[in-house]
Amino acid sequence: MKPKIAFFDFASCEGCQLQVANLEESVIDVAEVVDVVEFREVMTNKAESYDIAFIEGSITRPIDEKRLKAIRKKTKTLVALGTCAHLGGVQRLSNQWSAKENLKEVYPDAKEKDINKNEFFEKPHHKAVDEVVKVDYVIPGCPIDRTEFIKVLVALIHGKKPPIPDYPVCVECKKKENICLFTIGKFCMGPIARAGCGAICPSHGSECEACRGYISHPHERAQIDVLEDCGLSADEIMHRKTMFTYKYVEKEKEESK
Amino acid sequence: MSAAKEVSINVEHLTRVEGHGNIVLNAKNGDVKKIEWQVSEAPRFFESFVRNRPYTELSHLTSRICGICSIGHALASLKATENAMDIKISKQTKLLRKIALHGENMQSHILHVGYLVAPDLFKVGSVFPLISSAPETVKKIIRLHRLANEMSELLCGRTTHPISLVPGGFSEIPSEKQLQNLKKRLVESLPTCTEVANVILDNAHMLPHFTRETEYIGLTSKDEYALYDGIVGSTDTGTHPVKDYESVVNEFVVPQSTAKYTKHNRESYMVGALARFNLNADLLSPSAKELAKKFDLQPINYNPFMNNIAQIVEYVHSVEDSIQLIDTILDQGLKCDEKPTKFVIKKGRGVGAIEVPRGILFHDYTYNKEGICTKANCVIPTNQNHNNIQKDMEVFAPDLLEKPKDEITLNLEMLVRAYDPCISCSTHYLDVKFVDE
Repeated sequence: MKPKIAFFDFASCEGCQLQVANLEESVIDVAEVVDVVEFREVMTNKAESYDIAFIEGSITRPIDEKRLKAIRKKTKTLVALGTCAHLGGVQRLSNQWSAKENLKEVYPDAKEKDINKNEFFEKPHHKAVDEVVKVDYVIPGCPIDRTEFIKVLVALIHGKKPPIPDYPVCVECKKKENICLFTIGKFCMGPIARAGCGAICPSHGSECEACRGYISHPHERAQIDVLEDCGLSADEIMHRKTMFTYKYVEKEKEESK
Repeated sequence: MSAAKEVSINVEHLTRVEGHGNIVLNAKNGDVKKIEWQVSEAPRFFESFVRNRPYTELSHLTSRICGICSIGHALASLKATENAMDIKISKQTKLLRKIALHGENMQSHILHVGYLVAPDLFKVGSVFPLISSAPETVKKIIRLHRLANEMSELLCGRTTHPISLVPGGFSEIPSEKQLQNLKKRLVESLPTCTEVANVILDNAHMLPHFTRETEYIGLTSKDEYALYDGIVGSTDTGTHPVKDYESVVNEFVVPQSTAKYTKHNRESYMVGALARFNLNADLLSPSAKELAKKFDLQPINYNPFMNNIAQIVEYVHSVEDSIQLIDTILDQGLKCDEKPTKFVIKKGRGVGAIEVPRGILFHDYTYNKEGICTKANCVIPTNQNHNNIQKDMEVFAPDLLEKPKDEITLNLEMLVRAYDPCISCSTHYLDVKFVDE
C-alpha cells in the first residue's frame, strides 16, 4: 500500500507548500508513489490517519496548539516544513513585544469587545512546532528547496533518515566559486548557517540570513568577531542574528535567566 | 421548498484556497438566519515586527507575507522605500520589474484556475483525479505553470521570495541570451494558452450565474493595462492619488475576522483580475481582448465568478506584454552590469501601490534618518475583498436554500474560491460550517 501523506498549514505564507506544486511534472511522479490524503490548499478530501504529516507554519494561539496536537495523534511521522515550523519564522520577531502591544500596533482601531475573549485573537505568540509537539524531522528553509523535499520524501518512504546537511552555507558557496560577500563589503551568516540551499542568496548577490537555522555546533563567537572586524556595532550584529533566527535569541535569554 | 426545512452549514477551514477561512450558514423555514464569512487565520503582526528593522530588510521580510505573491509584496515594499527616500530607478529596472510581476501574475492565475478551480468544473475534489482522467490538459496547465515560475526564477533568482530585487534596482540581471530564450518560450506558449482556455470555455457553464452590483477598485493608467504603475481607479468615483490610499480603503476590524475589512463608496468593494478588467479592459493586449470576447466578458461585469475568466484573460495579456517588454529592453541595449541606483539614506514616509494577482496592494513605511522603519501599514488585496465576499454571500445564499446541502456548500465554497483569496496574506483558512440550531 502507498504511504499516506498529508500537509497542514499554520501561521505562514504557504510558500513551502507552494514549492510542492512547483515540482511541476514531478508532482505526477510523487502522486504515483504516495497517496496524498489531505492537503487543504489544493484538495477538499480529509483523512483519519497519516503515515507522514508535513507541518508548515508557526504555532500561535491555543486553538492552533489544539489542532497541532490532534494531528500529532493521527500521524506516524511528523515533519516540520520550512522555517516557520522549524524556528518560528520571521513573525517570531513579533515576540519582542507582548500580545497586547502587537494587537494595539496592528489593530489600533479595534473595539476591545471584538478582540477580548475571541479565540481568533487569543494570546498570539509564535512558536516552532517542536515547542508544542514531538517533531521527527525538519526540512529547513524559507522557502524549502523543492529538490531537498523530494530527497527527504524518498528517504522517508524507504525508512531512512533524511539527508539534511550539517555543514555551513560557506561550503556550498565556495564550491560554486562565488566571490565571498565579506570581501565586497557585505555581511553574511554563511559561516554558521546550515547548508542545503545551494548558497542560493549569495549566488544571486544577497547576504545569507540563516533561514535554515544554524549548524549543530556553530562557532558563534568567531562569527561575532568577524562581524566586529567588519565594523558592525553590537546592535547591528544582533540584527544579523534575528531575521529568521529569533528563536536562538529567545533561547539565550531564557538560559541567562 | 418545504417550509420547515432547516439548513445548517459550517465549513471549517475551506479547502483549495490559500489560508484559513470558515463559512457559517444557518437557515430556518426558508429564511437565512445567519450567513457569515469568517477569517480565522493566526495573526502574524508584520506591521508590528518590521519596526526597528533597516530599510535593506523590508522587502525581504514583507515578501514573506505571501508565498504566492511574494514578488508583488517585494515590489510594493521597494516602491514604498524608494518613495520614502526619493530613490529613482532606471528605465531598464522598471521594464525588468514589470516582467517579474507578469511572471508572478501568470504563476498565480494558472495555479488558481488550473489547480484550484478546474476541479469544481470537472466535479472532483482536487487536481489529482484529473491527472488520470484528463492527463493532456493537466500537462498543458503544468507547462504554463512551469513557464511562469521559470520566468520569476530568471528575474528574481528564485520563484518564491525574490532575491535579486533590491532598493534602486537588481542585484543580478539576466543575460541577453536568457531574455531571448524566455521570449522564444513565451511565443511558443500562446497556442497552449488557447488550448487550456478552450477547455475552460467548454466547462464555463459550470460557473454559477450570479450578479450583484458593487464597486471595483484597482490601479489605472492612460498608457497601459496598469499593474506596476498607475493611480487608484474606482468604477464609482473615478481616480484618486496613491498617497490618499487610506481614504480609499478605510480599514476596520470585525470580530469574525483576524483580517481587516475595508469599504469605500458603497458597503463593500472588489479588487483583483475582474476589477482590473472592469477598469482597464480597453488596454489589454490583442489576444487577451479576443479571448475575453470568446467568454463574452465585457466591462462592467458584476459576476464575481467571472474573476476566474478574467484571470485567464490576464495570463494571455501577461505573456504578450512580456514579449513586448523583452523586445523593448533588447532594442535599447541590455545593460547586464547596471548597478542599483546610488542614494542617500534619509528619513521620510513613502507609499507603494502595485497590482498583484489578487488586486491592489499598498505598502506604507515611515523611516527615521538612519533608515530604520518606525511605522508600517500594508493593505492586502484579500482583506479588501472579505467584505465584498460577505455581501455577495448575503445575496447568494437565500437563492440556494432549495438545493441539497452539499450543493449549497459547494456553491458557497465556489463563490469564495472565485475571489482566489489569499487569506494567509490577509492574516488564513476556509471552512464552511452548517450550524445546527
